[in-house]
Amino acid sequence: MITLRTVSKQYSSEVRIGPVDLEIPAGGVTALVGPNGAGKSTLLTMIGRLLGLDEGTIEVAGMDVSTTRSKDLAKVLSILRQENHVVTRLTVRQLVGFGRFPHSQGRLTAADEERISEAIDFLHLGELEGRYLDELSGGQRQRAYVAMVLAQDTEYVLLDEPLNNLDMKHSVHMMRHLRRAAEELGRTIVIVLHDINFAGRYADRICAVQGGRVLEHGPSAQIMTSEVLTRVFDTPVQVIDGPDGPLAVYY
Amino acid sequence: MSATIAAPRAPGRGRLLDPALLLGVAVVGLLLGASLFTGVYDIFGQDDGAQMFAITRIPRTIGLVLAGAAMAMSGLVMQLLTQNRFVEPTTTGTTEWAGLGLLVVMILAPQASILTKMTGAVVAAFVGTMVFFLFLRRVSLRSSLIVPIIGIMLGAVVGSLSTFLAVKTNMLQSLGVWFAGSFTSVLRGQYELLWIVALVGVAVFVVADRFTVAGLGEEIATTVGLHYGRIVLLGTALIAVATGVVTVVVGNLPFLGLIVPNIVSLIRGDDLRSNLPWVCLLGVGIVTVCDLVGRTIIMPFEVPVSLILGVVGAVVFVALLLRRRRHG
Amino acid sequence: MAELTAAPAPSGHPAPAGTAPASGTAPAPGTAPPSGTAPAAGARSDAPSRRRAGSGALPTPRARRRFALVLGSLIVLSLAFGLGYLALDNPMPFGSEGFWIIAKLRVTTLVVMVLVAFCQALGTVAFQTVTNNRIITPSIMGFESLYRAIQTTAVYVLGVAGLTALQGTTQFVLQIAAMMALSALLYGWLLSGRSANMQVMLLVGIVIGGGLGAVSTFMQRLLTPSEFDVLAARLFGSVSNADVDQLPIAIPLVVLAGTVLLLRSRRLNVVALGKEQATNLGIDHRRETILVLLLVSLLMAVSTAMIGPMTFFGFLVATLAYQAAGTHDHRLVLPVAFLTAFVVLSGAYFVMKHVFYAQGYVSIIIELIGGSIFLAVILRKGRL
Repeated sequence: MITLRTVSKQYSSEVRIGPVDLEIPAGGVTALVGPNGAGKSTLLTMIGRLLGLDEGTIEVAGMDVSTTRSKDLAKVLSILRQENHVVTRLTVRQLVGFGRFPHSQGRLTAADEERISEAIDFLHLGELEGRYLDELSGGQRQRAYVAMVLAQDTEYVLLDEPLNNLDMKHSVHMMRHLRRAAEELGRTIVIVLHDINFAGRYADRICAVQGGRVLEHGPSAQIMTSEVLTRVFDTPVQVIDGPDGPLAVYY
Repeated sequence: MSATIAAPRAPGRGRLLDPALLLGVAVVGLLLGASLFTGVYDIFGQDDGAQMFAITRIPRTIGLVLAGAAMAMSGLVMQLLTQNRFVEPTTTGTTEWAGLGLLVVMILAPQASILTKMTGAVVAAFVGTMVFFLFLRRVSLRSSLIVPIIGIMLGAVVGSLSTFLAVKTNMLQSLGVWFAGSFTSVLRGQYELLWIVALVGVAVFVVADRFTVAGLGEEIATTVGLHYGRIVLLGTALIAVATGVVTVVVGNLPFLGLIVPNIVSLIRGDDLRSNLPWVCLLGVGIVTVCDLVGRTIIMPFEVPVSLILGVVGAVVFVALLLRRRRHG
Repeated sequence: MAELTAAPAPSGHPAPAGTAPASGTAPAPGTAPPSGTAPAAGARSDAPSRRRAGSGALPTPRARRRFALVLGSLIVLSLAFGLGYLALDNPMPFGSEGFWIIAKLRVTTLVVMVLVAFCQALGTVAFQTVTNNRIITPSIMGFESLYRAIQTTAVYVLGVAGLTALQGTTQFVLQIAAMMALSALLYGWLLSGRSANMQVMLLVGIVIGGGLGAVSTFMQRLLTPSEFDVLAARLFGSVSNADVDQLPIAIPLVVLAGTVLLLRSRRLNVVALGKEQATNLGIDHRRETILVLLLVSLLMAVSTAMIGPMTFFGFLVATLAYQAAGTHDHRLVLPVAFLTAFVVLSGAYFVMKHVFYAQGYVSIIIELIGGSIFLAVILRKGRL
């Protein structure tokens, strides 16, 4: 379970977060949605202890993220940000191998190699594992990073807009991979999404953020209504019945 | 890139002449007056006082005006073209290139006229600035702070080449002397070429708006119908002429081009056209104050203005950096 | 020679294959067979999932062979230049008393070269890693300006006697302490606190260096030409600036800093991924960064206080080492960088002494080559 209590943060002169109280239960996929500048990514980054808080506490699986040793957190929680630049020249497999660092401290065992192979296969990167990251397309690189956080083998996986560089096909594949990770590997996935329909289709729960506060939080079906979405995005949104469940239309 | 310069606000274009500017002119005028009457030589008591006044004090004061305004404007043009607040001739290696050009001319033709030396310095400054711009265009930067770091390293490379040449030709100490900017040697008969930079100043006033547009990038500049390459070339040439001439006649004036435009935009915002006179004025004011301090603190000796500017400029630069850090 | 080349590999420098356990049955160093347990990645796309390249530093047998070759050549070259420097052109007949005296002097010089190579190579590679930037060098962070300011002040205040006054071991320790204090102050001030920013720290360091430089230049103007000549010799890096009495202090410091860095090289690999990735993987990024930077300062301070400024030597060596090693793993890059540095330095002295008879220009030549490579690197398309 991820628990936020009266969390607040002055991110910049324009963006202020909180106070936020939120409980994200373990298991399944939770999507953070909301308009630009609402503070979704900031919230995610704070849960992932990449950004400090001004006030309040955040606990992941009972560990306070600001006081627990980073090393211990890394075995429970992994986070992937949108922008990932690596100066180092690495192959896909070497990058994924870094996901094992919290467990092996860099001394990869046969068991680690096994995990790495699994993560690579899970994201269908087997063909690319010997390639260098700078030789890949943006979407392939994105998958490699996701494979790395999966290889980290943490119960909680936080992803900040992982669909950003992906085209339609790869976005769908990525969401299916994540769905599978939640179901087959039992991970708790918290993901910032831009496209509300991806959230409605693949997430179990949706947490709608606006103006630095959590406006709504509940099962996807409960959030995917015209009334709630119109309020969250501050623009008329109509939810209709699509072939795979509710579909937001806002054109 | 929070250090980028915002485009000038369209409606908020300030009037060119306002009371504050006139007040500024008056203050700088007073400083220049002080410069005219500061010195060891007693121009009122001695018979040849008037002559000394004409030979040393007037040229020196004119030199302060020209060099101060030129270096401040070079900094502004560079910042506009690169959209980076921390760029100016000392943080891009331009000054070091000018020094190298000067040194090469001195070695090849020791008897060369000051005009030849100047040409060498200007050409080298042009090449150096182009190298830097080329670098900026080829590399995608994650942070605007990398730019001055690379620029200073580039300057160090060129500086080490100059040092090597100077050691080989036994000119190391003279190199230091030329390089330390000082208005001591700005005398009648030796400084007149400095007037060239006045032309640079006029040119900057004329094409200032185009520099702003070019700074928004090649695509935007082309969209609004400007020839991007030509404007960059023109800007580089103006910077090179200003830096080269000032380096030969006065020497290095570190950080002036950096601190002046930054202070002006801190106080007045980013409206280029109405800021330009302020940039000139503040450039002249700061150089004059530094020169006056340099002339008076260890009278009857002089501290070169570059030392004072180097120390003051470093402090202001660090303050600007820290201020930026605090504001994210 | 073959025995000599093989000897240091297992002890001092991690062997390539030992660090790249492809499947737990990786071949021994040097023997690395292309066939068998670790087939080449991509050689056959239909290879079953167990038979795949490793995640280690050198994933393919080809990379392992290449690395072994590079390491071997560097060791051979180091030995050749080192021994050549010791033995060649000794004016005294072999075996005579004079021969040994000269050889002993040269041993000292050689030890200084080893130390400087070690300091500059490890310092620069580690610095580039924690700053996440492959084209900067720690020397620009004010160490050299401080060194120049100290030397110039001594001559300015005491005249030529000032330099002799700086030569004792106490003064050596004090100089290192001053440089360490400067950097500790800088890192403590700018890298802690909520708005810590690496690049601001770098720029502030450079600018402070610039301010110190202006002060030194001013004092140099006021020196008499003869005083200036004496000073100028100290303002260029040269192994002859080092004093044999400094070695007992320098060696333990360098060994200490180097060992700690080498022991942390696995963490450095993670730090190289950037702040956010490193934090995600459980590294205390700020603590790690400050610690590494302090070690780097110690190495750079020792090197500078011993032989004077060498601005682009570190950059040159780090760039070459990354090219040569062909891996990201610091356990391999650091030793390669050290060997490269020693080969470059001793090679430059060897060539300048025996081919061009111009030993005094070594540091300047190295600076020029380093500077040109720097230019070439920044003009190549890339991302920073």
